[in-house]
Amino acid sequence: MLNNIYNIFFIPEIFLACSSFVCLLFGLFLKKNAFRQTSNLAVFVLLLTILLVYYDSESNFANYKSLFSHSSFINFFKILALLGSIASIIISKDYFLGIKLKNFEIPVLFLFSTLGMMLMIASNNLMSMYLAIELQSLSLYVAAAIKRDSISSAESGVKYFILGALSSGILLYGFSLIYGFTGSMNFDDISFYLSKYDNLNLGLIFGLVFVMVGLAFKVSAVPFHMWTPDVYEGAPNSITGFFAIVPKIAAVALIYRFCLVPFENYYLEWSQIILFLSIASMFLGAIAAIAQSNIKRLLAYSSIGHIGYILIALVSANDDGIKAASIYMFSYMIMNVAIFAILLSLKVKNEYLINISDLKGLSKSNPIVSLSISIIMLSMAGIPPFIGFFGKFYVFIAAIEKELYVLSVLGVLASVISAFYYLRIIKIMYFDESKSEGIINFQISFQSKIILSLSLFVIICFIFYPSLLINISASLTI
Amino acid sequence: MIDWPLVSVIIFLPLIGALIILFIKEDELTSINIKWAALLATLGTFILSLILWLQFDYSNPSYQYEEKFRWFDDFNFFYHVGVDGISLFMILLSTFLTPLCILASWNNIKKRVKEYMLSFLFLETVMIGMFASIDILLFYIFFEAVLIPMYLIIGIWGGNRRIYASFKFFLYTLLGSVLMLIAIIVMYRNTSSMSIEFLQGNYFSYNTQLFLWLAFFASFAVKIPMWPFHTWLPDAHVEAPTAGSVILAGVLLKMGGYGFIRFSLGMLPEATEFFIPLIMTLSIVAIVYTSLVALAQTDIKKLIAYSSVAHMGIVTIGIFLVNQQGLEGAMMQMISHGLVSAALFLCVGVIYDRMHTREIEFYGGLVQRMPLYATVFMIFMLGSVGLPGTSGFIGEFLVIVGAFKFSSYVVIGAAFGIILSAVYMLYLYKRIIFGTITNNKLADILDINTREKIILIPLAISVILLGIFPNLFLDPMRLSLELIITNYEIANAK
Repeated sequence: MLNNIYNIFFIPEIFLACSSFVCLLFGLFLKKNAFRQTSNLAVFVLLLTILLVYYDSESNFANYKSLFSHSSFINFFKILALLGSIASIIISKDYFLGIKLKNFEIPVLFLFSTLGMMLMIASNNLMSMYLAIELQSLSLYVAAAIKRDSISSAESGVKYFILGALSSGILLYGFSLIYGFTGSMNFDDISFYLSKYDNLNLGLIFGLVFVMVGLAFKVSAVPFHMWTPDVYEGAPNSITGFFAIVPKIAAVALIYRFCLVPFENYYLEWSQIILFLSIASMFLGAIAAIAQSNIKRLLAYSSIGHIGYILIALVSANDDGIKAASIYMFSYMIMNVAIFAILLSLKVKNEYLINISDLKGLSKSNPIVSLSISIIMLSMAGIPPFIGFFGKFYVFIAAIEKELYVLSVLGVLASVISAFYYLRIIKIMYFDESKSEGIINFQISFQSKIILSLSLFVIICFIFYPSLLINISASLTI
Repeated sequence: MIDWPLVSVIIFLPLIGALIILFIKEDELTSINIKWAALLATLGTFILSLILWLQFDYSNPSYQYEEKFRWFDDFNFFYHVGVDGISLFMILLSTFLTPLCILASWNNIKKRVKEYMLSFLFLETVMIGMFASIDILLFYIFFEAVLIPMYLIIGIWGGNRRIYASFKFFLYTLLGSVLMLIAIIVMYRNTSSMSIEFLQGNYFSYNTQLFLWLAFFASFAVKIPMWPFHTWLPDAHVEAPTAGSVILAGVLLKMGGYGFIRFSLGMLPEATEFFIPLIMTLSIVAIVYTSLVALAQTDIKKLIAYSSVAHMGIVTIGIFLVNQQGLEGAMMQMISHGLVSAALFLCVGVIYDRMHTREIEFYGGLVQRMPLYATVFMIFMLGSVGLPGTSGFIGEFLVIVGAFKFSSYVVIGAAFGIILSAVYMLYLYKRIIFGTITNNKLADILDINTREKIILIPLAISVILLGIFPNLFLDPMRLSLELIITNYEIANAK
C-alpha cells in the first residue's frame, strides 16, 4: 500500500500523465523553436518513465482496485513501447522540420498516446482496457491528420477515425456481453467464473468473438487490416513510423493478455479465431506486398505479415509462446526503427522518398545506406544470421512445442513468399542500372544516426550475444 | 595436436579479411589493393586448412579439433565446430577454390570490386562454417546465410537474365531449407539436443523419421540438385559470373550431398531405408535425362551445368547404397566434381573473357591458336568423363562396384549415364577445340596467360593426383564413413 503521498508521483503512468501536461504547457508558452524543445523534453520525460518502470516495484496501479495489473510481461512491453516511442520521436524530428510541420503538439500527442499504450498493456479490467485503447487511439487519429493542408493526411485521419470508432463499438459490445454473462469486468473474476463452468456459454462466445474482432483491428490482422495500408500511405512519413513501431507493441501485449488471462480456459474457442487470423495475415501480408510500389504501403503489408507470426506464438499459448512473442516484438521494433530512421532521411529530388523504384542506384551513391537497408530487409525476411531470423525461430519453437505442425509449415512457406518482396528492394538498389545518379540525398541528424547505428548494431550483433534478451524474455510471466 | 582454435580461425579469417576490405576506400587505384587483400586472406585460409589435413588423426572416426561454447542460455544450442573425415575435404575444397575464384575475377570484374570481394569472403566464411558445424542450428544458420552472397553475386555481376536467375536461385533454395528448420526444431523437441554427434546415435520413431526425412530431402534435393528439382541450376550457372559458377558447382552443390550423408543417413536410417528406391529412381532418371539434355545444349555453360546434375546423380546413388564402396565413391565423386566442374567453368571463363560469347557454334579449331588451353581443357574434360588416371574415374568406379551389391539395374543406369557423359563431353571438345578455325574472329585469339596458368595448373595437378593416389583422400574419410554405415546397419537390424 502507499505509505507516502509523494510516492504517487513515482508511479510511471501518473508521472507520464503529469509530465505530458507539463510538456503541453511548456510548448504553449515557448516563443521560439517550440517544436524542437518540446520534442527534446518529451524524449527526456520518456527516458525518466523507463527508469520508473524499471524500478517500479509494488507501488503501482495494480493497487487501484485491480483496474490494472503488474507483471514482468507487462513491464517488458511497457519498456518496449517507451523505447519505440523515444526512437520514433528522435528520428522524426528532422523530418517534421523538413516538411515545415512545426506544431509542438506532435510530441505531446505521442506522449499521450504512449500513456494510453502503457495503460492498455497493464489493464486488468474491461473498462480500463477500453478507456486506455481510446486514449491511445484518439491521439493517433489526430496525429494521422496533423498535416491539415494535405488531403491525403486528412483522408487517412478520417479513415482511421471512422474505422477505429467502428471497431471500438464492436469491442464495447463484446465487453457488454462478457459483463452480462459473467457479472464482472475484472480479468481475474472472469477467469474464475469461466473456470467454474465448463460448458460453453453462447453469449460469452459471442462476446469473445466481438472482442477478438476489435482487437484484430487494433493489431491490423487480416481480414481487419484494410485501414493499415491506407493510413500508412496517407499520414506523413514520420507519423507512419510511429504507427508502425509503437501501437503494434501495445496492441499485441493487449491481445496476449486478453486471451491468456481472462479467457485462459476458453483456449479452444479463441485459438481457432487466432489461428485463422494468423494464417490469413501471413499470406495476405506476403502476397499483397509484392504488388506495392509505395514503400509505406509495402511496410504496411510487411507489418501485417509480422503480426501473423506473432499470432502463431499466441496460438501456442505456452511459456515458449510468450518468450517468442517478446523476442519477435523486440526484433520487429528494432527493424522498423532502423528502416524508418533511413526512410525519414532519404530525399529524392528534395522530396522525401515514397516510391520504391526511386531507390535505384542508391548502392552507387550511398553504399553504406544501401547496405544497411539490405541488412534490414534480409532480417525482416528472416534470413540468418540477423535478428529477424531468431524472432521467427522462437515462434516456430513455440508452435512445435504445441504440436502445431501444419501452422508452422504454412508459416515458413509464407516467409518464403515474403522474402520475394524484401529481395526486390535489394534488387532495385543493387541490380538495376541507374542512368541518373546523385538524385538521392541522405541527410541524417546526429541523434538519428545514433539511433540508426544502435539498431543496426542490435540487428547484426544479436547473434553474438543472444542470452541477454533471451534470458529476460524467458523470465516473463503474463 | 594443436591447442589453438584452428577451425574457428579458418572459419573467420575470410571475414576478418572482409572487415579490412570494408575500410579500404574504393577507386581506380585502390581496387588492386582490395584484390590483393582478398587474395591474401583466402590464401591464408587455404594454408591453415592444409594444417588441418596434415595434423588430421586418421585413426579417429569422430570429430577432431572440436570447439564448444555455450551460446544460448535457454536451450542446448552451442557454438560447436570440428572436423571429421567427411567434412575435412569439403572444407579443403572450399578453401582451395576460393583463392582461384578471386584470381579468376582479377581482371574481368570491373565494377564494384569491393562489394564483389566482400561477397566472396563472406561466402567462404559461411561455406566453411557450414561444413565444420557440429550443431544443427549452427549448420542451418550457415546453410541459409550462403544464399545472401550468392544472390548478390549472381544478381549484380551476372549475365543478361541475372535478376530472374538470382531470384529463382534464392527462393527455390529458401523454400527447401525453411522446411529443414521445422525438422530441426522437431528434432530438438524430441531429444533436447542439437548436437549432430548426439543425434546420430539417437533415433526417432519410425513415423517421425519419415516426416523429418522428407523435410531434409526437400532442402538437400534442391541443393544438390536432384531431378526434378534441378531447374534453378542451369539458370543460376549460366547467368552467374565465372567465379560464381565455380563456387556454385564446386562447393554449393556438395552441401546437398554432405547433408544427405550427415542427416539422412546418420540420423534417419530407417526412413532412409524406406526411401532408397525413390532416390535410386530419381537419380537414374537424372543421370540419363540430364545427360541427354546436355547433349542438346548450344551454350557451353549450360552443357556443363546439366552435366553437373548428371554427376550429382552418381553421387546420390553412391550415398544411398549405404555401403563402404558406395559412400567412398560418392565422396570421391563430390571432390572430383568439385575440382573438375570448377575447372571446366574456369576454362569457359577463359574463352568467354576473350570473345564474350559462350555459344558452341562460335568456336572451333581453338587448338590451332591455343595449344596449352586445349591441353588443360582436355585433362578436365577427361576427368569429367571419368577416364582412368583422373579423379572422375575413382568415384564412378567405386559407386558402380558398390551398386553391384545393391541391384544390377542401378548399375546399368549409372553406366549408361557414364557413357552418355563421354558422348557429350567429347562432342563438346570436338566442336570447340578440334578442326580448323572457321570463324575469323578467332584468328588472333591468345593462349592462356600466366594468371590463367596459375589458376588452371593446380587444378589439373590435383585432378591427376586424385586419380593416381586416391588413398591420400580415402584414408582420412574411411573411418568416419564406416561409423555412419555401422550405425545405419545397427539401426535397421533392430
